[in-house]
Amino acid sequence: MNSLILAGIGVAMMIAGYLLYSRFLGRRVYRLSASFRTPAHELQDGVDFVPTNKFILWGHHFTSVAGAAPIVGPAIAVIWGWLPAFLWVTLGTVFFAGMHDLGALWASVRHRGQSIGTLSARYIGARGSRLFLVVIFLLLLMVNAAFAVVIAGLLVSTPTAVLPTWGALVVAVLIGQAIYRLKWSLPVVSMIGVAALYGLILLGDRFPVVLPETVLGLSATSFWIVVLFLYAAVASTLPVWVLLQPRDYINGLQLFIGLGLLYGSVLLFGPSIVAPAVNANVPEGTPGLMPLLFVTIACGAISGFHGIVSSGTSAKQLDKETDARFVGYFGAVGEGLLALGAIIATTAGFRTLADWEEVYSAFGQGGVGAFVDGGGAILNAGLGLPTSLSSTILATMAVLFAATTMDTGVRLQRFVVQEIGDLVGVKLGTVVATAIVLVVCLGLTFSAGADGSGGMLIWPLFGTTNQILAGLTLSILAVMLVRRRRPVLPALVPLVFVLFVSVYALLIQLGGFYRDGNWLLLVLDVIILVAALWVIVEAAVALRRARTAEPDLDEDEPAQVGTGGGGRE
Amino acid sequence: MSGAAGARAAAVRRAAGALRTRWRALAEGLHEFYVGPYRRTFAKAQRDEDDLFRMLVMSEMLGVPNPASYYTAELLPVLYDGFHEWHRRMGMERSPLEEYRCC
Repeated sequence: MNSLILAGIGVAMMIAGYLLYSRFLGRRVYRLSASFRTPAHELQDGVDFVPTNKFILWGHHFTSVAGAAPIVGPAIAVIWGWLPAFLWVTLGTVFFAGMHDLGALWASVRHRGQSIGTLSARYIGARGSRLFLVVIFLLLLMVNAAFAVVIAGLLVSTPTAVLPTWGALVVAVLIGQAIYRLKWSLPVVSMIGVAALYGLILLGDRFPVVLPETVLGLSATSFWIVVLFLYAAVASTLPVWVLLQPRDYINGLQLFIGLGLLYGSVLLFGPSIVAPAVNANVPEGTPGLMPLLFVTIACGAISGFHGIVSSGTSAKQLDKETDARFVGYFGAVGEGLLALGAIIATTAGFRTLADWEEVYSAFGQGGVGAFVDGGGAILNAGLGLPTSLSSTILATMAVLFAATTMDTGVRLQRFVVQEIGDLVGVKLGTVVATAIVLVVCLGLTFSAGADGSGGMLIWPLFGTTNQILAGLTLSILAVMLVRRRRPVLPALVPLVFVLFVSVYALLIQLGGFYRDGNWLLLVLDVIILVAALWVIVEAAVALRRARTAEPDLDEDEPAQVGTGGGGRE
Repeated sequence: MSGAAGARAAAVRRAAGALRTRWRALAEGLHEFYVGPYRRTFAKAQRDEDDLFRMLVMSEMLGVPNPASYYTAELLPVLYDGFHEWHRRMGMERSPLEEYRCC
């Protein structure tokens, strides 16, 4: 099958989802109203609550939610063949992610911009909100550990990406100085920054940096993991304008350029997909598609992390409630497109089926390395760039995504540790709290061996934790919809499905960790399993309560049913 | 100038005006994209700075010896960066300090 057809069908499905299903959600389910006074206007403070143009807000929202996860998940999951991954990404985006992200925005906007954590205390109960904190902590831990391994692996497998990866930091620091100290015009700085980044990619391609087999007694991968954590620690404690802000900015621009290059190449070249639609010949030891597919691809299909962003920052900046459709739903579509690009790169970027099978020789193999190689081959064929340069471009793109998520993750986890310290009456400074985060993350990464493989082993656990978080958000949405006597099935079906696959996957993994004697992951698995069961019980109780409670009515809602003013943009 | 040349010049001016408007819109959009995610962080930093300033002023007023005055001379180089803009904001065209001529 030609990948152009797959891309066409996928894009058409997602766009149709936006045009049709999100319209239905906006009008009938959430009843978005252009006349509703959003928190951005009601609580406008020039800091958190700022009415923002919907295209710019979409840019913020999309770049905040898009990390390495929508690349890593699909790049691993195509081991079951391209069709299951394709269906889960497209249908998941349309019926799960879009509904969830738009819903989280709506729920927050209808509650003065409160976060999902606060809403969980209101709709699910105090226990629900504590559960939320536990899940967030585990999620951050897994993101930091897994992304360090992903980046280290790429730096070793694509040595041409080393120079642009670290050089991008220098570019970011210089951009920060040019904007704040020299007051240069932003469009000019942006153009120079992007040009410098691509110049570094060209330079890196000429001068690959290959580390010796052991550095300071560590393997090359382990060495990069330690360096990455040290970098994340320093970056997360620097003033944000020095590094994080300009780096996030340039990375956002790079995301749009990278996606444009990839889809442009598919359009020009249209490579054939060599991987089977459904792989009947999976390598030994590959777990069953059901339920692992649905937790391996979390971001790109449905991701609880999006709910945090939606309700944390985006909801506070929504100019009109009807903009939620574009920002929330179309934000999910953006991430779905990234995941679809990853599926195409990892199934159509190989010359023959044998080449593909060689890469996907065991579960967990392929991954982001296959995205870089496969996507590189497509860029090479579509745009005529040399293969090595194409791979360097994609490796740098993946590394920069993962690195931005990682240092933000370390920063956020530091806040969580400081909060826990406050709870037990210990005041933790920035340095001590960051050191604790580093020790815990490094401990998890090296738990399965000195090669840092512990970081990748937990990837499906990341998926399940993320899905449980999505379940928590969906249960809040379901309760809100029941209390407003609105159609509840659009929230209930995804809720039941994600909780079912999460618990199923956790039980299967539990057996595996027990057989392997991997006690650390076993303990983590049990904690997450308890959290999942807890969500189910709390959600069921809250839903039962909501059915019998007095119906809620929004203050701007007319008494008769079905006259919401949503969908107008 | 002939009529045709005048029309051409007007068209060029219009195009340049439209380009300027677009460039400004692009700059505004990029600026919003740049600062938006970090508004809160900067507001917090600003508040911390204000709190420190308030504490120093209040302690002076209450007769508590100001611990900062001992270090003030050392802090002068840090202040110099914003000194020029400060004296302009204060309505002084030229630097009021004999020993520090920034303009």
